[in-house]
Amino acid sequence: MYRYDHYDQKIVDERVVQFRDQVRRFRNGELSNEEFLPLRLQNGLYMQRHAHMLRVAIPYGLLSSRQLRALADIATRYDRGYAHFTTRQNVQFNWPELDDAPEILAELAKVQMHAIQTSGNCVRNVTSDQFAGVAPDEIVDPRPYCELLRQWSTFHPEFAHLPRKFKIAVSGTEENRVALTVHDIGLQLYKDVNGETLIRVIVGGGLGRTPIIGSVVREDLPWPHLFTYVEAILRVYNRFGRRDNKYKARIKILLKALGVEAFAAEVEKEWAHLKDGPATLTGEELARVAGHFTDPLYETLPATDAGFEQHKADNVAFARWVSRSVRAHKQPGYASVTLSLKPTGTAPGDLTAEQMQQVADWADQFSFGELRVTHEQNLALADVRLSDLFSLWKKAKAAGLATPNIGLATDIIACPGGDFCSLANARSIPLAQAIQEQIDDFDYLFDIGDISINISGCMNSCSHHHVGHIGILGVDKNGEEFYQLTLGGHAGHHAGQRREAALGKVIGPSLSAQEVPPAVDKLLRAYLLHRIDGERFIDTVDRLGADPFKFAVYGADAHRKEAAHG
Amino acid sequence: MAEIIRNKEVVQDDWTVLREADAPLPETGKIIVPLTRWLAERGALKARKDVGVWLNPDDDPAALVDDLASLPLIAVDFPVFRDGRGYSTAFLLRTRYGFAGELRAIGDVLRDQLFYMQRVGFDAFAVREDKNIRDALNGLADFSEVYQASANLLQPLYRRVARGGAA
Ligand code: SF4
Repeated sequence: MYRYDHYDQKIVDERVVQFRDQVRRFRNGELSNEEFLPLRLQNGLYMQRHAHMLRVAIPYGLLSSRQLRALADIATRYDRGYAHFTTRQNVQFNWPELDDAPEILAELAKVQMHAIQTSGNCVRNVTSDQFAGVAPDEIVDPRPYCELLRQWSTFHPEFAHLPRKFKIAVSGTEENRVALTVHDIGLQLYKDVNGETLIRVIVGGGLGRTPIIGSVVREDLPWPHLFTYVEAILRVYNRFGRRDNKYKARIKILLKALGVEAFAAEVEKEWAHLKDGPATLTGEELARVAGHFTDPLYETLPATDAGFEQHKADNVAFARWVSRSVRAHKQPGYASVTLSLKPTGTAPGDLTAEQMQQVADWADQFSFGELRVTHEQNLALADVRLSDLFSLWKKAKAAGLATPNIGLATDIIACPGGDFCSLANARSIPLAQAIQEQIDDFDYLFDIGDISINISGCMNSCSHHHVGHIGILGVDKNGEEFYQLTLGGHAGHHAGQRREAALGKVIGPSLSAQEVPPAVDKLLRAYLLHRIDGERFIDTVDRLGADPFKFAVYGADAHRKEAAHG
Repeated sequence: MAEIIRNKEVVQDDWTVLREADAPLPETGKIIVPLTRWLAERGALKARKDVGVWLNPDDDPAALVDDLASLPLIAVDFPVFRDGRGYSTAFLLRTRYGFAGELRAIGDVLRDQLFYMQRVGFDAFAVREDKNIRDALNGLADFSEVYQASANLLQPLYRRVARGGAA
């Protein structure tokens, strides 16, 4: 993974000094609340329901064991002994004191981490494929491009006060595993016939109040133009994006207002001035950064391992875990392992400091000292020998991190919701737990198979409920928590099948917290009833449409009720 | 006389910003007029050497291209510091249109934005009056190194130095 040089280190160190002084000036009244707000946000500090929350950047989800230990240490010393991993591959502390934040940032800087631009109206942490560099279907390793963009966007002077937040995702596979089309910019890397990397530029996707699938604005952009092209897009957005209404301020609204062609023409016009200018990326710089992402020292191993096969045959529980948690690797004899942070009864994505220490040990022992944060709020060890899987499983099982539910109905993606977030209409975590309890039977879960269930506590859609096969959205009804169910969304990939991203549709009137778990159960049972050979949940939904599912949840009067709600 | 920061120093300033588009023009003295006024009375204003123009966040700096060689000063207004359009305005004035005169940030101009402002090409800052301008001066030195190219440094870090030395 990328290691800082002294320039990177200096910039992060100077940020700590700067923020320490900003907190001091806020405390002594030199900075008003309003003036301090964007400063703390661009350092990942939110004001939540009960306390501050600090969001720390994990650039494109990559973490070393040393960094994870530092996070564990921070959780112990400055928080309540745990941390929360997010769908944007970051980590959040829910209980730090504002006055401790500079100290925490200083601790982070020691392990080459920071909280820069993890919030606020600026370019946020770039996200990417959690299996970058090890996926067998990878065409271009996205990690160097992500790191280059991290540096380019860090303290970009012109784009620190955008109309709204700005999220970039990068993918180097044909299958879209990073939800490219629901980002402000999605960059898809591929190769031309000569092996040169090209970029497909997708702009204007996003969820939230007005979910929109992004549009391709540029095909075949040669890689040296990465920065200048992104700069052109951001300049057009910074100048012309709406600022009068925060719900209409994302770039997707500008793109819709202008139309894709006119928007693309505007970007091309701007880019014409920048193309081949000094901000053009050089081969040397790409090579320097790419040099940090070379393969670890893999052993030459056979593609199969007899001991591993034997354990699978002998141990049903292990075999079950392997079927969900272990993923093919480009290197023979290796696999990638996902550790589930979704055992029934815990908050999805939460990990205790003790578990973090354990995972760091396993990363050292089994996976070259590195790990990844997944978009589904789990952790992954990317480079594990097949012969080590059984030992790893036993350790993970003992630590409560081997629930065999990756990609299954209890692998629920949930935002912090009403328990923490001051914007929430409803709680997410207890609902996720109640759904898990409702369907907590492995035979049932495995029978249902691949599915994604996403719960957002409000329209900000932090858990991407629009692209969940089943999406659950917290709504406020006369001060009470209700939940809207959507069906048929997908994030643009699904268990190895390439497909376009789609937004789920609301299936009926909103339900109370007690009604949701049985309703989800009814949706799942309707699928089992209607599926034909080998169909997955989402395939059955696509084939039959929503009607049989509406019927399962709302009965014969589904349509009437829906109409009554307008 | 008010104080401003110019070329990294606190100095006395004798320019007056005419905020209202139809305010009466003082007979003498250095004035900064709104773009609309400039465009409407360009001939007469050009005859005076001591007239600068200020731009709103949504003013197009391209409207001034024919005047850039002769204008001594352009100001960009920040009605609220969170409105970042002025950064692009400044960048364009400096790099695209080659404005070489004084480029001044006016309005809600605060210490914690000065570093970014100087990077996009501002060289003068009319710090908000209720703030300590000498304290604000420190904001220009928040960072000693930057990654990306902008108006005050046209080459990105990777073209300026040999990267990769140990941290
Ligand atoms: S979706 Fe809403 S409730 Fe959930 S974390 Fe985001 S803003 Fe908070």
